[in-house]
Amino acid sequence: MDPVDLEVEFNGLVEADQRIEPRDWMPDGYRRNLIRQIAQHAHSEIIGMQPEGNWITRAPSLRRKAILMAKVQDEAGHGLYLYCAAETLGVDRAELIDQLHAGRQKYSSVFNYPTLTWADVGAIGWLVDGAAITNQIPLCRCSYGPYARAMVRVCKEESFHQRQGFESLYALSHGTPEQHAMAQDAVDRWWWPSLMLLGPSDAESTHTSQSMAWRIKRFTNDELRQRFVDMVAPQADVLELTPPDPELRWNEARGHYDFGECDWDELRRVVGGDGPCNRQRLAHHVSAHEEGAWVREAAAAYAAKHSAVGVVAA
Amino acid sequence: MSEQVREPLWEVFIRSRRGLSHNHVGSLHAADAQMALRNARDVFTRRMEGISIWVVPSASITASSPDERDPFFEPAADKAYRHPTFYDIPKEVKQL
Repeated sequence: MDPVDLEVEFNGLVEADQRIEPRDWMPDGYRRNLIRQIAQHAHSEIIGMQPEGNWITRAPSLRRKAILMAKVQDEAGHGLYLYCAAETLGVDRAELIDQLHAGRQKYSSVFNYPTLTWADVGAIGWLVDGAAITNQIPLCRCSYGPYARAMVRVCKEESFHQRQGFESLYALSHGTPEQHAMAQDAVDRWWWPSLMLLGPSDAESTHTSQSMAWRIKRFTNDELRQRFVDMVAPQADVLELTPPDPELRWNEARGHYDFGECDWDELRRVVGGDGPCNRQRLAHHVSAHEEGAWVREAAAAYAAKHSAVGVVAA
Repeated sequence: MSEQVREPLWEVFIRSRRGLSHNHVGSLHAADAQMALRNARDVFTRRMEGISIWVVPSASITASSPDERDPFFEPAADKAYRHPTFYDIPKEVKQL
């Protein structure tokens, strides 16, 4: 088919809310944009295992430990769903991991903050996962089929992540004064990074308008941020915890909560590599990957010996 | 980067319960079929989503091409008489 006709057909499918599938023709920019976004999303799931993994051995009860392990296992699974979705666009997972290690692909800046106390695990579930879910639900209707299908599974599994975080934080905030103070401290530290997880403001976002036209994204970053604040502000009242934003209040006329401006300089700094844990997170991922090399090599050697489907060294 | 092991890609199909067919759920990398099965169990059935798993090397799948979709499926397009709604039956006829 003529390239012009291909583009017309592609745009027609997107405008009709149909899904684009791996072997369909698609503009190079659409492919590049999706690879960037899905890879960043996959890396975020995998790097996101670290801050919470930090507390598995020190969870305060067997119940909390089992829950936390299940959640961190889910993040690993979500990373795999997403790497496989990216691979349908013609990239190789190993290549994506190389790009992460080389600093050419990003992961969500929120995972560059440390988990200082047990209450951080609850705050991450409630706020970070809450923000992530706000972002991910519209992605279930993304125009690219494999990404949308991966997001359906991710959202289904994530629903417990936010609830367990809320429950854990509620137990602390309704416990002793010391426990309440610990929960409040965690919310003080995770509130703004969670709001910033939804991306730069619309005025600054370089990818939003094109992604909306291609129906990869359905809402702008600022729309999602408003939705997130509207969801968690009343939940904070139930927790009897106070978000660290003096401008946060219900606006009857707008039918939404008003809230303060994020510290965008901080977001730029953390995205640029200068957050509290950037180097630690990446170094840990590199060493885990390198220390696992012998396992991959042994599995490949075993497969080559025993299986008709051989492994190729590249 | 040094020489890397490239594990083949496998397509995963899961039967969610007795009486239903295996459905495609996604793909994953694994060195061999047994590891692909175990990885598929860990990745796709953490919440009892299945009672049976198939893994198939992705390279073994031959797919029809989207470019040839129209001519490929064309033979079915003009055969409306294969559908029961094609036929005019008097209204008073019941159970047909």
